[in-house]
Amino acid sequence: MLDLAEKNYKWQRPHLIKNSTRRWALLAGLLLYLVFIFISLDIDIQRIILGLSRSQRYFADFFRPDFISRWDSIVNGIIESLTMTYVSTVFGIIISIPFALGAAENISPKIIYYISRAVIVISRSFQEVVIAIFFVVVIGFGPMAGVLTLTFSSIGFLAKLLAEEIEDIDKSQVEAVRASGASWLQVMIYAVMPQIMPRFIGLAVYRLDINFRASAVIGVVGAGGIGTTLNAAFDRYEFDSASAVLIVMIGIVLIGELFSSYVRKKVE
Amino acid sequence: MLKISELHKEYPGGDLALKGVDFELNEGEIAAVIGPSGAGKSTLIRCINRLVDSTSGEIYLNDNEINSLDKKELKNIRKKMGMIFQEYALVERLTVMENVLSGRLGYVSFWRAWLRKFPQADINHAYQLLDRLGLKDHINKRADQLSGGQRQRVGIARALIQDPEILLVDEPTASLDPKTARNIMSLITNLAEERNLSALINIHDVILAQEYVSRIIGMRDGKIVFDDSPDKLNKDTLTTIYGEEDWETIERNSSQEKNNDEGGEDIAGFSRKKLQMAASSSNKK
Amino acid sequence: MQNNNYNWERKTNLRIIKELIFWSAAVILFFYCWQIISKLTMWPFVYDGAEQAGKLLSRMFPPNWSYFPELLSPIWDTITIATLGTMAAVVFAIFVAFLAAKNTTPHPLLRQLALLIIVTSRSVNSLIWAIILVIILGPGVLAGIIAISLRSIGFVSKLLYESIEEIDKNQVEAVTATGASKFSTLIYSVIPQVFPTFVGTTVYRWDINIRESTVVGLVGAGGIGLQLNESILGLKWPNAIIIFMMILSLVFLSEFASAKIRKLII
Repeated sequence: MLDLAEKNYKWQRPHLIKNSTRRWALLAGLLLYLVFIFISLDIDIQRIILGLSRSQRYFADFFRPDFISRWDSIVNGIIESLTMTYVSTVFGIIISIPFALGAAENISPKIIYYISRAVIVISRSFQEVVIAIFFVVVIGFGPMAGVLTLTFSSIGFLAKLLAEEIEDIDKSQVEAVRASGASWLQVMIYAVMPQIMPRFIGLAVYRLDINFRASAVIGVVGAGGIGTTLNAAFDRYEFDSASAVLIVMIGIVLIGELFSSYVRKKVE
Repeated sequence: MLKISELHKEYPGGDLALKGVDFELNEGEIAAVIGPSGAGKSTLIRCINRLVDSTSGEIYLNDNEINSLDKKELKNIRKKMGMIFQEYALVERLTVMENVLSGRLGYVSFWRAWLRKFPQADINHAYQLLDRLGLKDHINKRADQLSGGQRQRVGIARALIQDPEILLVDEPTASLDPKTARNIMSLITNLAEERNLSALINIHDVILAQEYVSRIIGMRDGKIVFDDSPDKLNKDTLTTIYGEEDWETIERNSSQEKNNDEGGEDIAGFSRKKLQMAASSSNKK
Repeated sequence: MQNNNYNWERKTNLRIIKELIFWSAAVILFFYCWQIISKLTMWPFVYDGAEQAGKLLSRMFPPNWSYFPELLSPIWDTITIATLGTMAAVVFAIFVAFLAAKNTTPHPLLRQLALLIIVTSRSVNSLIWAIILVIILGPGVLAGIIAISLRSIGFVSKLLYESIEEIDKNQVEAVTATGASKFSTLIYSVIPQVFPTFVGTTVYRWDINIRESTVVGLVGAGGIGLQLNESILGLKWPNAIIIFMMILSLVFLSEFASAKIRKLII
């Protein structure tokens, strides 16, 4: 019936990269890169050992969060962060819409397309903290610098994702509305908007979440919010207070996540 | 060879899927299990292989009582049971060969499995099976690039490479077009006969079942209500299995289509079409 | 026969009222928040802002090209921080993800622990991790690598465990039915299904980490952030613009590379 010894077949799992020279070259390159990385790492073991032994006290403080001594500062920081988050998200939404329309290849003229894409690229390339440094230098310390920072990075984020959404819309619906003699604005309102609205609301809520997290860090460079409180705690080596701030932040992020997943479920 | 007695299954939530199932399957015997959806066909097959644990009763494969096995023994007994699934259940992103060889996972070590270093005999066996099943040109294709019929043939190869003693087949043709379905059915039964395997085949297509197997087990509501040769199936027995159907209406509706239905010869007083409709109307899956 | 007048409205009245309340609340909240911020703002500075920004930008030119060679080493460190940080995070994230996914977790309690790790890691920005780590380990690349990886573990695990929870159970069942061991089943049925998400997420996170690692230097955790801080605090704008341009091109390169890799795998 079955003659297993008849002939020996060879089988090997097909490789992801079919060309074997290229495969080995890529692998060798990767290996070489890793080797270089480890050579270039200069790690001061002595300093680490010293730091670790010193940091035991800090660690102990981290497990004894102190909500009381800096409570007012924590509350103020959180309120500042939340207001910054909300205001900048609203600004971000409003400003991102024209950029999104401009950056959607299927509905926008070439020149506007390139300008919008350039704004998006710049906004997305720089980490919030870098942008915050810039605004702090320009208009001084305080939450306004934070608002401008978060607004600026929201624009790139929202406009890019929204533009992709617009590029993916169902053309037949747009054509149907256009065929009924609608103007450009009417096409936008009746054919484009209904298709992208649910996703846009989802993105906006998601961005709200991101902005809150970011608001906690731009305070480190003086752009207001809970980050200021946190930074002050670190500067004074009050790790118990810092731990309290972090716990409050994690709590708010958790609530925000529950809220945003609830909203997204509801609209999508 | 396979002996089942007083098998009960209650799902959490109180759903009674099996209410005392008894039957015996001899070596080399092929039986088809028919019945409406919800009759417990699928649960029965899953209990034999213990993908689902039964609530009470006994399942003997040769001399092993399956419900009393520990984890290791269960793995060993599972190697003896080849399963074929309705939706093929291939690992979509693996190649045809990897899918077939996954039937040998019970026999090879974890490291061999991880590195895809299967014994030469397994690879030879896989090649022979794939050749026999007409898949030789697709060996290194990913499973998600195949057609339904091809996928099911990979599924068959995966079950056979286990060197099983019994095939457990769950609705092998439900996702296929009629022509491919016949093809798959004949492959399964022929291969089982060639290797003298017992087979238990869940199938909702009564005609296909009649055509290819010598024993039909009819299930309804968690119990076996019919167990006999296919020629004993008639209006009354079908009613026992599928429940009261308005056979007359079905007859009238299908009379116009009777002429262009190529397989329209009479079986036990019913046209092929009518039976199919009757069966599928009470079996939505 | 009775004559029926059909009524068609897109929204019921109750719903309109509800939406109206919601939107006015949103608007009122916005103005309230704006007021809080406005109170904390030195408006004359803001009015001056545009002019300041213009001056600042003009001071960046001409860029100080001779500064470029000095940046090569920090930019290499920046990439190293992102790469090693991502690699370390991915190794941990695999374990955390399998613990956190409902269908692969060994115990519900371990699942809760994994979810806690994920949420903690995701809530705390890498810069804050960096501050803590610089205090503990001293300044340097290592603090940056660990900071980046601590932040990334949650991100990668979250996307990974969600994709594990969404896998096709039939494929797993089929492999289990062959008598395969638990680990063999894992590598033949679960891993092939989550592999594209895994690679996609890793590369995506690496891409994000390139940006993140440009700032950890601000607090002493290695990379180009240190030079950025020096240039800005020292008002050396012609140097700052060189750094900005380097960051921009680095981000371009990483986006290009990650798009390539994702295309290859999926």
